[in-house]
Amino acid sequence: MLTLQVQKPKLILEDGRRTDGRRPDEMRPIKMEVGILKNANGSAIVEMGKTKVLTAVYGPREMHPRHLALPDRAVMRVRYHMTPFSTDDRKNPSLSRREIEISKVIREALEAAVLAETFPRTTIDVFSEVLQADAGTRLVALMSASLAVADAGIPMRDLIAGVAVGKADGTLVLDLNEEEDMWGEADMPIAMMPSLSQVTLLQLNGNFTPEEFRAAIQLASKGIEELYKLQKETLTSKYSAYKEVN
Amino acid sequence: MTEKDKIRTLVLPGDLVGEVGEQQAWSPYIIRNGNKLYSTVIGLLEQRDNQLVILPLEGVYYPRPGDLVIGLIEDVELYGWTVDIVSPYKAYLQGSSLLGRPVNAGEDLRRYLNVGDYIMAKVDSFDRSSSPMLSVKGKGLGRISKGKVVDVSPVRTPRLIGRNRSMVETLSGETGCEVLVGQNGRVWMNCVKKESEELLVEMIYLIEREPYTKGLTEKVKSLIRERLGVNVASPEAQANT
Repeated sequence: MLTLQVQKPKLILEDGRRTDGRRPDEMRPIKMEVGILKNANGSAIVEMGKTKVLTAVYGPREMHPRHLALPDRAVMRVRYHMTPFSTDDRKNPSLSRREIEISKVIREALEAAVLAETFPRTTIDVFSEVLQADAGTRLVALMSASLAVADAGIPMRDLIAGVAVGKADGTLVLDLNEEEDMWGEADMPIAMMPSLSQVTLLQLNGNFTPEEFRAAIQLASKGIEELYKLQKETLTSKYSAYKEVN
Repeated sequence: MTEKDKIRTLVLPGDLVGEVGEQQAWSPYIIRNGNKLYSTVIGLLEQRDNQLVILPLEGVYYPRPGDLVIGLIEDVELYGWTVDIVSPYKAYLQGSSLLGRPVNAGEDLRRYLNVGDYIMAKVDSFDRSSSPMLSVKGKGLGRISKGKVVDVSPVRTPRLIGRNRSMVETLSGETGCEVLVGQNGRVWMNCVKKESEELLVEMIYLIEREPYTKGLTEKVKSLIRERLGVNVASPEAQANT
């Protein structure tokens, strides 16, 4: 019989490093790519450590059913979905309560950035598929969605970058991994539009003192800056041939 | 204008493009935050007579009144047709616009335009609250009865037309075909020879693939000349231009 580990592991080791060997303010390795699906208007894939999310954007297009369309702006429909093979045990492919909630959270974060009033009476469909889950999927999904929306040519205020901050064994850590997510004292995903310095998503699981909260925001914005730069590089590289124009 | 004014730079959503000037025209691709201007799309930024202009590199066709478009008849209704113009909005063409008289009750409009027909039309009116209305009144407008239509991305039409129509003129002049570029990314062509038509389609897809490479017009010109060889100067090709 397999015995489940119920004891909390040590999250911060003696040398101050984390269980996966990172420093507390270090993020997992990141990979991004846009324009990978031909059928979609825009698409992107983002990897953060073992977490991997693929997003496709369709639209703006005519909305069906017609009566759900809005007269003054485009309707955003977001589906966050975890593939059955994304977790250790098979995940039931139907949308769970958690996935429906995360879809809503991602939609609201995206709506803050997308200029939906440019295309009244239409819909913008965003499909995020988690191919591999290992903590932080909602933010990776949000980042890939923002890249895919930009790739689709839909006007938006800014790209969205996000990272989680948390507390593990009393230390503030950036970009939680699975163990820290499960055993840590706090988990706070934050997403921002960096060039406008506005927050589009902030959730908190656990507890922070006011000082810790301020320090956590500081830590997150450092990570977000880095992610934002990477997002821009990803988009630029697709058009590198256009740099020398006319 | 100096040489520097012509330089285009790649911009991404959220990129700072400039300060609010006196006469900055409204554009969906530029937003204001305080007295700063930011880009909202992936595009090429250009300075045009003290105005900032962003040419988007991705996106769909957004109809504007006066645009020449090539539409595909999608459905025949009692008093008109619904037309696909590769846009998020379905267009409508009134029967009276084509017939020049009111449609008689019970008249079968299928006799004039049927599902699957291509039409050359102008966008008559379109705003945020209503679907685009098309009109076929005008020279050269109406049902397309010959030639070939190919689809490209609608954001490539400025490049396909070129500065002062230089690219279309190169395409039609060098191949000896008639070429018309609809603003919605559909291109109509009518060629005498099969080879020149195939070559033309190839060139159009080339322009779609690499739209903003340096000296593209010259490249297209030399490619066509190379492929057609002596045929380019043949009398019938000349007659067709």
